[in-house]
Amino acid sequence: MTEPEPRTLFAKIWDSHRVLDREDGQTLLYVDRHLVHDGSAPAFELLRQRGISPRAPERIFATPDHYVPTNTRERDEITDDRHRGMVDALERNTAAAGIRMFGLKDANQGIVHVVGPEAGLSLPGMLIVCGDSHTSTHGAVGALAFGIGSTEVAHVLGSQTLWQRQPKTLRITVDGTLGAGVTAKDVILAIIAHIGAAGATGHVIEYAGSAIRGLSMEGRLTLCNMSIEAGGRAGMVAPDETTYAYLAGRPFAPTGHDWDRELELWKRLPSDPGAVFDREVTLDGDAIAPMVTWGNSPEDALPIDANLPDPEAEPDAERRAAMLDAFAYMGLTPGAALESVMVDRVFIGSCTNGRIEDLRAAAEVARGRHVAEGVIAWVVPGSAPVRRQAEAEGLDRIFVEAGFEWREAGCSMCLGTNGEIAAPGERVASTSNRNFRGRQGPGARTHLLGPAMAAAAAVTGHLADVRRLMAEG
Amino acid sequence: MEPFIRLRSAAVPFARANIDTDQIIPARFLSRPRSVDHGQFLFHDLRQAPDGEQRPEFPLNRLHWRDARIVLGGRNFACGSSRESAVWALFDHGIRAVIAPSFGDIFANNSVKNGVLAMVLPRDAVDALIAEAEATPGAEIDIDLPTQTVTSAAGTWSFDIDPYAKKSLLEGLDELAFTLTHETDIAAFEHRMGRTNR
Repeated sequence: MTEPEPRTLFAKIWDSHRVLDREDGQTLLYVDRHLVHDGSAPAFELLRQRGISPRAPERIFATPDHYVPTNTRERDEITDDRHRGMVDALERNTAAAGIRMFGLKDANQGIVHVVGPEAGLSLPGMLIVCGDSHTSTHGAVGALAFGIGSTEVAHVLGSQTLWQRQPKTLRITVDGTLGAGVTAKDVILAIIAHIGAAGATGHVIEYAGSAIRGLSMEGRLTLCNMSIEAGGRAGMVAPDETTYAYLAGRPFAPTGHDWDRELELWKRLPSDPGAVFDREVTLDGDAIAPMVTWGNSPEDALPIDANLPDPEAEPDAERRAAMLDAFAYMGLTPGAALESVMVDRVFIGSCTNGRIEDLRAAAEVARGRHVAEGVIAWVVPGSAPVRRQAEAEGLDRIFVEAGFEWREAGCSMCLGTNGEIAAPGERVASTSNRNFRGRQGPGARTHLLGPAMAAAAAVTGHLADVRRLMAEG
Repeated sequence: MEPFIRLRSAAVPFARANIDTDQIIPARFLSRPRSVDHGQFLFHDLRQAPDGEQRPEFPLNRLHWRDARIVLGGRNFACGSSRESAVWALFDHGIRAVIAPSFGDIFANNSVKNGVLAMVLPRDAVDALIAEAEATPGAEIDIDLPTQTVTSAAGTWSFDIDPYAKKSLLEGLDELAFTLTHETDIAAFEHRMGRTNR
């Protein structure tokens, strides 16, 4: 008898979801969980035009996040007709199809990528899709999860399946111990700075190593969330005791005998010893410092104690041109210290960093301090449960006393689809995932960083090394 | 879907790495239904000043490239979000092919579904095409999908394409209708899965 070939976590999930293989290399995959949000109207419309109904509504869950205001939970107070229309369309489309929706006032509402894991809808071994690129987040529970466009959303609604060509695999191993003040956000920004914004294109990333094992579930969700910012099709972390402890007792997680049976299956998911990846990258966790981005690509990330680069010293012409564009757009001076960069606004939230652990870390810095003169600082919880938990812990009072605005759950200023944007020229220290030009409003300038670093920027009025504030106590 | 077989057109160059989907169509236009002409949103904030004045130097506003149906992009073209409206904006403007050294994966998938060819060529080939386009604005290039070749005054290159993407583009394939011909396979999978629970 021959030993079975060692397989990766990715390959195990891929194999168990194949419905059909075609000679041309395409595989029809079955989708366990389909998450939809208030940007899904075009996909429902595509399906309606063809007279097709969703095949498996019990596998689909919905929540409005992109177009909801974060200063109210009243639908009638959404002033923009188009935004209200998107929220209404989700309600109408899900009701017509018998899809469970967590509406504006539902106890489970929130950003779809916060809600899935938190509600126990995203489970190890699942194939999960959503019409949003940050669906990679859900891979943190040991699932294969990726974002798709409207036509593919309609295809999944109509058939519960998706045609895919098998992607390559990339293992990123981060060993060592993260230093004080260094979080999952810094790890992923360091990874993207190292491999580039297209470094994982065509690949599914599995994150491994002792520094990854040591991350909480919230940290792993942050890490996998930004896999797409490295070009990755998906990001995954093998399930372990941290995963099981996080999922146990979640509203939609299995219980009793079902839990026991699932758990046995989940334990077989991690990559086998000797499993081969198409590529391997390693980083030293001990060497990672708190990171912040300066340009208009997430790969433009540096340790907070660094100075801005000099585009004229860049040998690659294409790269030099991009850097010059970024310096002009961002209004920065080559060679200046990152810590000298003053900020106008701070945004703490998003599917990247809107979870309870993120808010705890930010509150720890905000406690007993005050938002700097002239700075507007927002805290936008990733979901209604995160908001309730934070209030139960008194975090909302810490933020409000420190001069932050405490808001309702939604995507908000991460991309501003709900109208919550910065003014042209304003500089934002943001815990979100993209620093693209105009991402947070036309002319707005975004610096990406972790939640404690964002709080440090809020209370000092400039990009600041949170480690110094932590030392002050 | 409109089939894609051959295309001869001017090619408009965007010689920057990491042109993201937020540049191709800013997020504030994502609440528009597909029936709205998305061409008006293409590169909206790069193409015009905040006061609505068209920027004459922006490539799409230049006379020779206004009707270009091919885009020449940099590395990691259309990285970022899954918004299919990035393809719709290109398509509605008249763009049928984008040539770049690499693409955001989701954009490349979305392109095929809308009959837009996202062609990967080596960087030196893309650089040669961009140099030619900048030297002779409006110069036309030929794309031939059946033979997988692209030809310009600068040379001829062959390109790779996923066989399924090629077939979809050539035939204007309706993917969902095709998948639903396999309904019994899907039902059988669901039955098996129901027993074993994954």
